[in-house]
Amino acid sequence: MKARVLIRPKEGILDPQGKAVERALPALGFEGIDNVRVGRLVELEADDPAHLESLCEKLLANPLIEDFEIEEIEA
Amino acid sequence: MSTKGKHDEQSAHRQLGLTDPEFDAICDLIGREPNGVELAMFSLLWSEHCAYKHSRKLLGNLPVEGERVVMGPGENAGAVSLPGGWAVAFKVESHNHPSAVEPFQGAATGVGGILRDVFALGARPIALLDSLRFGDIDSERSRFLFEGAVSGIGHYGNSIGVPTVGGEVYFEAPYEQNCLVNAMCIGLARSDEMIRSAAAGTGNALVLMGAATGRDGIGGASVLASAELESGDDAKRPTVQIGDPFEESKLVECCLELLAADLLVSLQDLGAAGLTSSAGEMASKGGVGVDIDVAKVPLREADMEPFEVMVSESQERMLAVVEPDQVDQVIEICQRWQTSAAAIGEVTDSGTVRILRDGEVVGEIAVEALVDEAPAYDLDPAEPGEWIYGNENSLDRRIGEIAGLGVDAAEDSAILAALLASPNIASKRWAFEQYDSIVGSRTGSGPEAADAAVLDIPEAGVAIATAIDGNGRRVACDPYRGTIEGVLECTANLACVGANPLGLTNCLNFGNPEKPTVAWQLTKSVEALTDVCKALDLPVVGGNVSLYNETADGPIYPTPVVGVVGELADATRVPGQAFEPAQTIALVGPFAPSLAGSELVKLRGELDQGLPGVEISEIAAAQGAVRDSVSSADGLTACHDISDGGLACAIAEMAIAGETGAECDLDGMIDARGCSGETALFGEGPGGFIVAGPDAALEALASRGVEVIRIGSTGGTLITIAAAERSVALSLADAATCWRSLEGRME
Repeated sequence: MKARVLIRPKEGILDPQGKAVERALPALGFEGIDNVRVGRLVELEADDPAHLESLCEKLLANPLIEDFEIEEIEA
Repeated sequence: MSTKGKHDEQSAHRQLGLTDPEFDAICDLIGREPNGVELAMFSLLWSEHCAYKHSRKLLGNLPVEGERVVMGPGENAGAVSLPGGWAVAFKVESHNHPSAVEPFQGAATGVGGILRDVFALGARPIALLDSLRFGDIDSERSRFLFEGAVSGIGHYGNSIGVPTVGGEVYFEAPYEQNCLVNAMCIGLARSDEMIRSAAAGTGNALVLMGAATGRDGIGGASVLASAELESGDDAKRPTVQIGDPFEESKLVECCLELLAADLLVSLQDLGAAGLTSSAGEMASKGGVGVDIDVAKVPLREADMEPFEVMVSESQERMLAVVEPDQVDQVIEICQRWQTSAAAIGEVTDSGTVRILRDGEVVGEIAVEALVDEAPAYDLDPAEPGEWIYGNENSLDRRIGEIAGLGVDAAEDSAILAALLASPNIASKRWAFEQYDSIVGSRTGSGPEAADAAVLDIPEAGVAIATAIDGNGRRVACDPYRGTIEGVLECTANLACVGANPLGLTNCLNFGNPEKPTVAWQLTKSVEALTDVCKALDLPVVGGNVSLYNETADGPIYPTPVVGVVGELADATRVPGQAFEPAQTIALVGPFAPSLAGSELVKLRGELDQGLPGVEISEIAAAQGAVRDSVSSADGLTACHDISDGGLACAIAEMAIAGETGAECDLDGMIDARGCSGETALFGEGPGGFIVAGPDAALEALASRGVEVIRIGSTGGTLITIAAAERSVALSLADAATCWRSLEGRME
């Protein structure tokens, strides 16, 4: 199957990357943007989708500070 | 909320770590039961971390005065004077528990925290060191923690532009579950421009600067959340704090500019226990009261409760006391640095800490009750009478690993090879190559170039040297003697670069002090620290205590880590560790090797209690002679102190560094000391240096009244050492392969 894993900072946790983006926007003339949070998207093909959850916990995401969602995009 | 007289598992105070008698004492002190905000504040300021409940009574005897001391214990960091009106500020602090949970962010925020302690004095941070302890490197968890911590230190230090110039790493099984991450920062300031942390001046404003306050690090206090919050809201209280070095970089510049413009009355960083600790301690030191309105604190999330604001451990924040008519100017400078700043309260003459929300009082505690009345406990020490840690090791297995590296060595040579490859002794290049060690252009001698890091201070016309040391395994063998050795190891490192020690800072990492064995370790260790610093006339200018470092598997090795800063006249004369060809090699000092507590005995799985006695004055005299010889340019070309792995490892390290072999015979030393060949080769202990140089340099050194035993000469591509019935012979290439094997283990 093809899957997409969306990883983002947990709610409430400080996101320096998001803050940096937020701070840069007014300088480029984009006003009124708040609460920018930057995560990442991983696309992969897996022979056995049963392992996806565990590989996300062990490698793709840091479960202490990040949430992740697995989305199946093609069976 | 808890009710007095009813103490059970559900009691909020218990869940916050306060004992029943402590809770009752609080009720008596304030004449009623504390509300949630007040209970949260008491639980933090009466914690081990803030109140030093189990160590305060022991620490009182440490020598803290000296003619070069500018700032001593009790301030954010200690400081000693340099020529020309300059001062060097320094402190070491632990971030052990956060690093055991999330090593990258734990170590990164540890670096951020110690930087703030130093610039809170008005000193510009110029160098970082770190002292790290992990479990056996063969364990996946230890490698994960090691990799994460090193990466986190590099991330924060490199980003903010402060060089990491030195440190140490040990791998020992008792640190498996509870790693140690101690970070040390050194800063430079004008003596007369440094600022203290005591709040003063009724009517002065409290200005909170830096990052917005979020729900960082308050998971433990969530028991106080009011019932309206949904139960799922626990997820909103992350226990892991995320460091933001860019925010801190702005904060450094902003604070230093505010201080240069003379706009601050006092300054304090926000670390553990956040606003509660900073405000409480500033008020206590100044003998004043403070009002804080939590509604004025800039928040990262809008819906935070008062107790959350007061206990938040969000990083990159500072609290300043500012005269009312200068607040606008302070905020204007902060805005220019894109640092948020807000007047959140004021200094009062009430003698109480009052917490308000939009003007309504939500908590009120006398400063005295909160800070000065915190309990101080007597320990109940008992000597265990036996070795309480494990002995899971096998020299045969370690020697087997050598063959795996393609090194062909047998008998004593194989032992030397195994010691060089032991992660405690092997080069830590894998770690320090991830650090920027030269940013700032002061680094005269960086990691592994000499025994101590050397930093140029052209402003003061001198250089400083610094090292950080602490061998927990030896302290476990004998808490008193092991601690003395640790301090002597640190001053020996400074002697190797010709530096005169000016002041010491320490971080005492121990297990649960309520257990008699740990209480005994802590008591003996602090006693030793007191005795050795007095004997060396070395003032203790600051320190930190980290207790409860233990898990179900037992306590960590007792690990007092000491950092010393010294001064030297000329950084260009530092000889370094590397052998040059055709030099005479000598053993210097009253080194009396013993296998007790040594790396070899550890690898054999034969560790036991006890270390030989230490003659501090003799060792100090030898260190003084070596220091004078190096600083007056007698002509020594290499100098290294004998430590882990003994004399054979010291010689091998110098040979590897200089890509120059050595041919030595220890018979003269064996006769003088009456020890066995094996002890001469691999025995450890304080008081020994290996030096190399032309004969005239060694004669000059001997004329300084120190024992100098010639043991061989440099040259060729072999390291050979004969020691009575024993001998080692290892090619430079094989020795280097073993010594550089840490990289391979981390792949």
